[in-house]
Amino acid sequence: MKQTLMSNFSKLGPLIGLLLIMIILSILSDNFLTVDNLLNLLRQISINALIAFGMTFVILTGGIDLSVGSILAFGSALTAGMLASGMDPLLAVLIGLLAGFAMGALNGLVITKGKVAPFIATLATMTVFRGATLVYTEGRPITGLSNSFTFEMIGGGYVFGIPFPAILMLVVFVILFFILRNTVFGRQVYSVGGNEEASILSGIKADRVKIWVYSLTGMLSVLGGIILTSRLNSAQPTAGTMYELDAIAAVVLGGTSLAGGRGRIAGTLVGALIIGVLDNGLNLLNVSSFYQQIVKGGVILLAVLLDRKSK
Amino acid sequence: MKKWIKSLGLLALLLMVATACSTEAPGSSSDDSSKESEGSDNDTVKIGLSLSTLNNPFFVSLRDGAEAAAKEAGFKLLTSDAQNDSATQVSDIEDLLQQNIDVLLVNPTDSAAIVSAIESANNAGVPVITVDRSADGGEVVSHIASDNVAGGEMAGEFIAEQLGGKGNVVELEGIPGASATRERGKGFHNVIDSIEGIEVVAKQSANFDRAEGLTVMENILQSTDDIDAVFAHNDEMALGAVQALEANNLLEDVTVVGFDGTDDARAAIAEGRMDATIAQQPGLIGEKAIETAGKVANGESVKEFIPVELQLVTE
Repeated sequence: MKQTLMSNFSKLGPLIGLLLIMIILSILSDNFLTVDNLLNLLRQISINALIAFGMTFVILTGGIDLSVGSILAFGSALTAGMLASGMDPLLAVLIGLLAGFAMGALNGLVITKGKVAPFIATLATMTVFRGATLVYTEGRPITGLSNSFTFEMIGGGYVFGIPFPAILMLVVFVILFFILRNTVFGRQVYSVGGNEEASILSGIKADRVKIWVYSLTGMLSVLGGIILTSRLNSAQPTAGTMYELDAIAAVVLGGTSLAGGRGRIAGTLVGALIIGVLDNGLNLLNVSSFYQQIVKGGVILLAVLLDRKSK
Repeated sequence: MKKWIKSLGLLALLLMVATACSTEAPGSSSDDSSKESEGSDNDTVKIGLSLSTLNNPFFVSLRDGAEAAAKEAGFKLLTSDAQNDSATQVSDIEDLLQQNIDVLLVNPTDSAAIVSAIESANNAGVPVITVDRSADGGEVVSHIASDNVAGGEMAGEFIAEQLGGKGNVVELEGIPGASATRERGKGFHNVIDSIEGIEVVAKQSANFDRAEGLTVMENILQSTDDIDAVFAHNDEMALGAVQALEANNLLEDVTVVGFDGTDDARAAIAEGRMDATIAQQPGLIGEKAIETAGKVANGESVKEFIPVELQLVTE
């Protein structure tokens, strides 16, 4: 009984934290708890959340992906380049997503076939992909994208008054939630992260699982990049710098173990919300960005410390 | 039959979703009611200021000037810092708009990427003034900045005079594509390109950053040390270049000119380590921005471009 109470608490911990922060912020700022602002908030977190969903899979297998920000930048530059040259928006987006998938697959191959630690492998590809982005863009933002309604919808659109990026994020969340919980692949992800050797002995192709997981993350990063490109109506060569840290923070805040094998994607959504709520709320309170960084880091530390205590 | 009804229903649903799609924020036309509900706040002017970064003394001075002017005028000023990230800046501006500001002052991180944020302000009925860097689109009532082209020309003329019309010059450029980079470079080349004896032997970006100014200059010195002058698009890069030249014992022979007139640059000029800077007056820019915002909030008309004087500082 006590056991399940404890484990329920650790499951609900992030959510309780989020609600606490939201209560405090709505007391301190009149503008926080308005429908407008909450929708605004959902749109703001969508990019980080999409990347963090992928990162959840990676971390569940016991890995890490530092290259997500660079993949985002390359994918959005590539998509923007194709759009600027007059390609059909849907086709450009599709090719961009495939490029993200390929970059992720490359990460997976280096890690599994090359037997390189994920941290090192993705640290290297982070630099390579960023360099490729700078080469492709010649260091300049890509502007003059098509004025297509479809492409503008992706980042700046609304359906029934709800920002489109938020809907996109929630749809992807539901799909990934289902995959992780109800499919063979989902169970294999947990199993590889929990005990890789045992999972291999029981017939799971661990390498294949990992390659898929990194590919998924690459694709989701580019999806985030496409939202960003659509919102800014241009692609920045420096886009996505340090995004890997916000994504990892969201996963960890959501209670997923960095050791792999334990965690939930719903927690990651809550984690991304906590980071977004902090950014948004502290902005509304007119707190200097210097202090904001201290508060954000402090909250992450606190969450991890509490997590340690409850285990 | 059942299948038929099902697909008809699905089609209707799709149509409903499609008609609900728009790229305009919901409720953007009903702002007047929300403005009125502010009640007692109505008489104080509330101004939002979104800065590209506070990691640069220039923008700190700008903010200080704006804060002082706002305090004196009795305006409420809300400041945010985008930390040089376009995505952060868009979020910052959305957050400012949530607070029912009367006027938005924007110092864009990137002239193109800021457009969607300015359009959000336009949709919310909040007038926008750009500060220091301009925007490529959206409705902007006024732009307040130094005359960068004239400043670049000042730097070119000073260097030409120092070199006596003959020599090799290195140009350290700012963030590629930023209007300050383009305009300062343009003014500089307006003067330098017309002088036959002076040649720009190296031209590279150091992103307005001191550390990058140092490394870029070091790299340039690897290929040539036959340099007579350096023009950096801002003081931070100029100070980086000074360090690189100093390490190579070349500082004595090279004329270094920066741009902005920051405290550090002025100190370096006083010590004789740097030769000149084209001083912007960021405090004055901030002050003018607030003054203009006040006029806009009171419904007065303002000029499209409000230039703020530059100043050649050599001692």
